[in-house]
Amino acid sequence: MSDRQDSATPRQNAGMARTLGWLFASAGVFVALGFLFRTWRPEVATVHGEIVDRVIDYLLVIVGIFIIAGHLVLGLWIVGSRNRDASTGNASRRAEVRVAIAVVLVMAIVSESGVIVLALPAWEQMYGDPPDDAFVVEVVGKQFGWIVRYPGEDGEFGAHYPEFVDDMDNPLGLDDEDEAAEDDIVIDGLMHLPVDRPIVVRLRSHDVLHSFTVVHMRVKQDVVPGLITSVQFEVTRTGDYEIACAELCGLGHYKMRGVLKVQSAADFASWIAEQETFQ
Amino acid sequence: MSDHAPTGFIQKYIFSFDHKVIGVQYIVTGIIMALVAAALAALIRIQLTWSDSGLMQPETYLAVVTMHGTLMIFFVISLALVSGLGNLLIPLQIGARDMAYPLLNMLSYWIMVPACIIMIVSFFVPGGAAASGWTAYPPLSAVAEAVPGSGMGQTLWLLAMALFIVSFTMSGLNFIVTVLNMRAKGMTMRRMPLNIWMFFVSAVLGVLSFPALTAAAVLLLMDRHLGTSFYLPEGMIIGQEALDYAGGTPLLFQHLFWFLGHPEVYVIVLPAIGVAFEILTTYGRRRPFGYRTTVYSLVVIWFLSMIVWGHHMFASGMNPYLAEYFSISTVLITLPFAVVGVNLLATLWRSRIRFTTAMCFGLGLVSAVGLGGFGGLFLGTATSDVYLHETYFVVGHFHLMIGTVTFFALFGGIYHWFPKMFGRLMNERLGRIHFWMTCPAMLTIWVLMHLQGMGGLIRRYYDHGEFTYAEGLGGLNLPITLLGGVLMLGQFVFLWNFFKSAFAGEKSPDNPWDSTTLEWTTPSPPGHGNWQGPLPDADRDPYDYGPNDDGSDFVSQGSPQSA
Repeated sequence: MSDRQDSATPRQNAGMARTLGWLFASAGVFVALGFLFRTWRPEVATVHGEIVDRVIDYLLVIVGIFIIAGHLVLGLWIVGSRNRDASTGNASRRAEVRVAIAVVLVMAIVSESGVIVLALPAWEQMYGDPPDDAFVVEVVGKQFGWIVRYPGEDGEFGAHYPEFVDDMDNPLGLDDEDEAAEDDIVIDGLMHLPVDRPIVVRLRSHDVLHSFTVVHMRVKQDVVPGLITSVQFEVTRTGDYEIACAELCGLGHYKMRGVLKVQSAADFASWIAEQETFQ
Repeated sequence: MSDHAPTGFIQKYIFSFDHKVIGVQYIVTGIIMALVAAALAALIRIQLTWSDSGLMQPETYLAVVTMHGTLMIFFVISLALVSGLGNLLIPLQIGARDMAYPLLNMLSYWIMVPACIIMIVSFFVPGGAAASGWTAYPPLSAVAEAVPGSGMGQTLWLLAMALFIVSFTMSGLNFIVTVLNMRAKGMTMRRMPLNIWMFFVSAVLGVLSFPALTAAAVLLLMDRHLGTSFYLPEGMIIGQEALDYAGGTPLLFQHLFWFLGHPEVYVIVLPAIGVAFEILTTYGRRRPFGYRTTVYSLVVIWFLSMIVWGHHMFASGMNPYLAEYFSISTVLITLPFAVVGVNLLATLWRSRIRFTTAMCFGLGLVSAVGLGGFGGLFLGTATSDVYLHETYFVVGHFHLMIGTVTFFALFGGIYHWFPKMFGRLMNERLGRIHFWMTCPAMLTIWVLMHLQGMGGLIRRYYDHGEFTYAEGLGGLNLPITLLGGVLMLGQFVFLWNFFKSAFAGEKSPDNPWDSTTLEWTTPSPPGHGNWQGPLPDADRDPYDYGPNDDGSDFVSQGSPQSA
């Protein structure tokens, strides 16, 4: 009647139950230790970044509990199975439905409320209307670097055309007949910003997709040819940071690095006053 | 039986109409493609760990990354797990003699073969293989000047993908019609094994979503070769030269791609979970916990998975308010998915486990579903995704879900159903060695990558040495690579076991695992038409485990219902 082909003896089976069971039971703890081993994230340097970190911390705690508990249950059930001659008692249909409802409720509360209560307000802060006194700067991505443009004293960015682009003299193709362009400041690969002031970075691409990324600032925004995207943040600490590209853009993707220096308002003002304008 | 068994070698094993032969063909083809994809993975790891070794140029690295992803997702997992096990199991488990359209089935496989060949050949054309990532985002994939692989390599990539889609869609249609029309007498939808439910929903999802990728690929081909501008805006400048395009946007491609791309995740993960239910019930000697709640959840997942694609695009430049919607709907899909995951786990409650190799992989799969599933919460929430997007956190996450859950199901499924492929058993000793070299290493690798991603480490980088923020994160590369080496060696044990057992393994009885579903009422291996006599009736539930009066602990689904 039964042609069962298990090669393992009952003793081997019990041994496997113990080894595998305890391994799985402790797996969640190992994962948690990995995340606790050190603070993996570099220290946050923006106002909205603190909320991003709070959302991540919230998820780490909740998910950590689920993963530790889930693996404990998995492991202990495996270990426990070794003493049974046969499986016992199937769950009733009602129990199955109750478990499903409980799972849905728990997940709805911890995950949806995490999103709606904690995460969406931060999203508003990152993408809502910027304040009127925000400092606006433009960053243009191209294979493989970042070109930074400040609007100058008039606060307006001058017109630009692709046919005027000249990598040496006019990398953004500014129009020399446009008055607004005259006091624009164009710098290759280096951005200075004032601390403690709302910043709006307006993003353009000359060629393919890039993604404007500053890890310390929890900022990542794709740069799309044909569109002007933007990202806003307020830096809380002066210092040197790195701009990286996070969207595959070609051979030099890995070295598309820009330098970002955040200075006090006074230092920033004196720095920008020294910069050469377009004309 | 209306038709006769084919006798010639070619009709029997090459251009076969028999679903079992076709299933094995898909699996063996998938294994061959997996060897290529795994070799690419080894190259990636070596480059990341010893970046200044001069092993390869950046353009080679990008091609390697692109092809590793493409091959693994479409030509290994979709092929071996979905088309392979699906073809093998659907007729056997629903009590049919073959698929609804055997000729179409044969054609599906033989359209897949040139797709595989073209993918491999594309490495050797001028400029090398496609290098724009498995997502093939334009403009990188559209403009030949943007990256060397965007020449002939990208064209061949698109051509191979088009053939793949044709094959996979035909195969999916076949699955749907077979499940709907060919079930044995008594096999109502509610008596279908969960595995069949999963393959069925997977096929429906595939048929509904793949056409979007077809459209995306056709438009991309036109942009590349006919001068259209579906994805290319005005004002692009590459190498100081202004390009003559106007009116398109790269975002269109991203929407079309992910309209397929996200359902595709479920297309390959759902069958894996189906396989897991078969394995956990057979070797745990239990009914699945929550058959009905699983099926209802599945239907909800089916619907929701088609409206969450935008969570791949939180940082893409689409309207940020759209991101809020996609964030809420994405987190919503975790609810039914958590029910399925908990049901999988709870199937082990009060079980009596027999630790066959298949079961070991089944248990590893439950762990991977937990780790991968919960990791998804970080990425589905737009606010945290802005930090984690395009980092190794994402790499670790999707390798858990569509790399580990699926591979464990594939391995477990092959050990479990090997008797129905070759009439023989795989060697359990070697199987256990394979398991111990695979499961701990694989799970650890992806967890370590989550840590790198938590540090902000950006993916698809040839070398992280340019950035100071990444300095403390590279240290994990060596352990990951070493574990990868163990993982890779373990797969040679599997390969040896697979091919040796296929020809010289121990002969298997018809039902070696005392399993209940209908495939175990066929001979091992099943002949042409699967059942020698009349087709079985499905008079019972698919999972009738538990002590019986005669001392056995299961009743086959095909056993007549006693009074």
